[in-house]
Amino acid sequence: MSIPPITVRSSPVPVAPGADGVAAALLVEHVSKAFRIGRGKPPVAAVSDVSMRLERGVIHGVLGANGSGKSTLIRLIAGLLTVDAGRVEIFGHDVVRDELKVKRLINRVSVDAAFFRKLSPMENLTFAARVYGLDVPTARKSIYAILERLNVGTDRVDRPVEQMSRGMQQKVAIARALLTSPVLLLLDEPTTGLDPRSKIDVQEFIEEIRATHDTTIVLTTHDLAEAERLCDDITVIDGGRVVITDTPAGLTSSASERLGRPATLWDVFMAYTGRSLDDDVVEGEGEGDR
Amino acid sequence: MTALRDEVRASYAFAERNFYLTRRTWAWEVSFLVYSVASALSITLIGVDQQSTKLVLSLMVGAIFWNYLSVVFGWIAETIAVERWEGTLEYTMMAPIRRSSRLIGQVAYAMVYGLIHTGLIFLVLLVFFRDLDLSRANPGTAFAFMALGSFSFVGVGIMAAILPLLYVERGAQMTFVVQSALLLVSGVYYPIEVLPGWMQVLAHLSPATYVLDGVRKGIIDGASVTDLWYDVWPLIVLGAFLIPFSLRSFGRAEAYAKRTGKLKRVG
Repeated sequence: MSIPPITVRSSPVPVAPGADGVAAALLVEHVSKAFRIGRGKPPVAAVSDVSMRLERGVIHGVLGANGSGKSTLIRLIAGLLTVDAGRVEIFGHDVVRDELKVKRLINRVSVDAAFFRKLSPMENLTFAARVYGLDVPTARKSIYAILERLNVGTDRVDRPVEQMSRGMQQKVAIARALLTSPVLLLLDEPTTGLDPRSKIDVQEFIEEIRATHDTTIVLTTHDLAEAERLCDDITVIDGGRVVITDTPAGLTSSASERLGRPATLWDVFMAYTGRSLDDDVVEGEGEGDR
Repeated sequence: MTALRDEVRASYAFAERNFYLTRRTWAWEVSFLVYSVASALSITLIGVDQQSTKLVLSLMVGAIFWNYLSVVFGWIAETIAVERWEGTLEYTMMAPIRRSSRLIGQVAYAMVYGLIHTGLIFLVLLVFFRDLDLSRANPGTAFAFMALGSFSFVGVGIMAAILPLLYVERGAQMTFVVQSALLLVSGVYYPIEVLPGWMQVLAHLSPATYVLDGVRKGIIDGASVTDLWYDVWPLIVLGAFLIPFSLRSFGRAEAYAKRTGKLKRVG
């Protein structure tokens, strides 16, 4: 069963052309962000001089250990943090200068599904529909369709979110993001902590979004198999810096050359960062805790 | 026109969501109402003990209208605190709507909720003190002052909402400082003339002072709004200043929170 069409944006995506005449879906140029973690202490860099350019329709993975700067990067793209240096553009629109335009183009799913837990999925998603200017009766039909596709039973739609499992809540969060038809979808570890069945449901759904919707996706994950399965390109980030960007095949190929044997994405990560994906980046190691 | 419609729709979304929340926590709402009624009754009975009808009315007005202002103030000040608690603050901040739309929706709901809540308390008190002579009361004056005072309280409430935005851990509790300061200097249960001189200066900066004076004179003396111009114009001036000032301050606080990473969920 495919995702039903969601008619919420009648006009094409407004695109401001870049200098080369073609606006990237996402352009991150020399972006840096540091945080003060205490009085008298020097700022801690969470993201340092990160650049990336995503073309329309791709799924771009961002791999990194805990504290490597992935979520900070997502927040900078989402406009939830302001950059210290550099700039972020989405379809040619600056995230600070054209804040409202950019907000209409993006949505985000974070690792912890955030809802008013006393309210039902339908009440939470109706709220989202209204603030994104959608036609509510149409949106309600879409909500049922998307949740059904994600194997969230219709009997759960009107019960409080707090009564749902974490996996179910995450599916509702993804439904909420898709409901607004974002052309740039930021998925910040959307499958972390999910049971295997829910993880597969979400991954299949992401593939389906790519196949049926005009959506560019940035996906941060710890799951190397997930990254290999879903991503067209992968950026490995460590200590807030971009270490390497390539296709999954390109990454394993270059790691193979370095290691002198067939390599997996795990090998790639170890080879380029010197640490395991399960490691936490320790504060004071020179980089941030975000 | 479409943009305006979208903003109105977005404002309505916040009011509707708060209504859903109220409905979902109806048991707490009933408890809070009982608490508020008991509170208003216990304060008003001090006037009965003193055998002064004027004092009964004065305390009743103080208790009832302080309840209204507290409820409006509380809803607005908790706007951010509740979102932070639920973890939805970042999601709300990403929504493609203006700050004013977001706040107007919250404020509108707070005012309607406050009116219903206060109306119910007023009804219970009327039943309890059914022998009170309200033949001279001018309810139009009371209503006019409540409406006028609401604008100022919206401004104060929005400024108080900055505290939970900036102070992640105990910002919500810090808003009680603002509320208690207003209670102290605004003549809620006593005339401001009993305050020390410097506090009387502060009393004249509090919108609650003018609201309570206007409502009391309307209910007890039957004064009309035009008779109370000296209470009306300060409320107009305070409202005209406080709303844009608070919106601008909130915007600056939001920018600071984005710069320092304080929108992030904690706990």
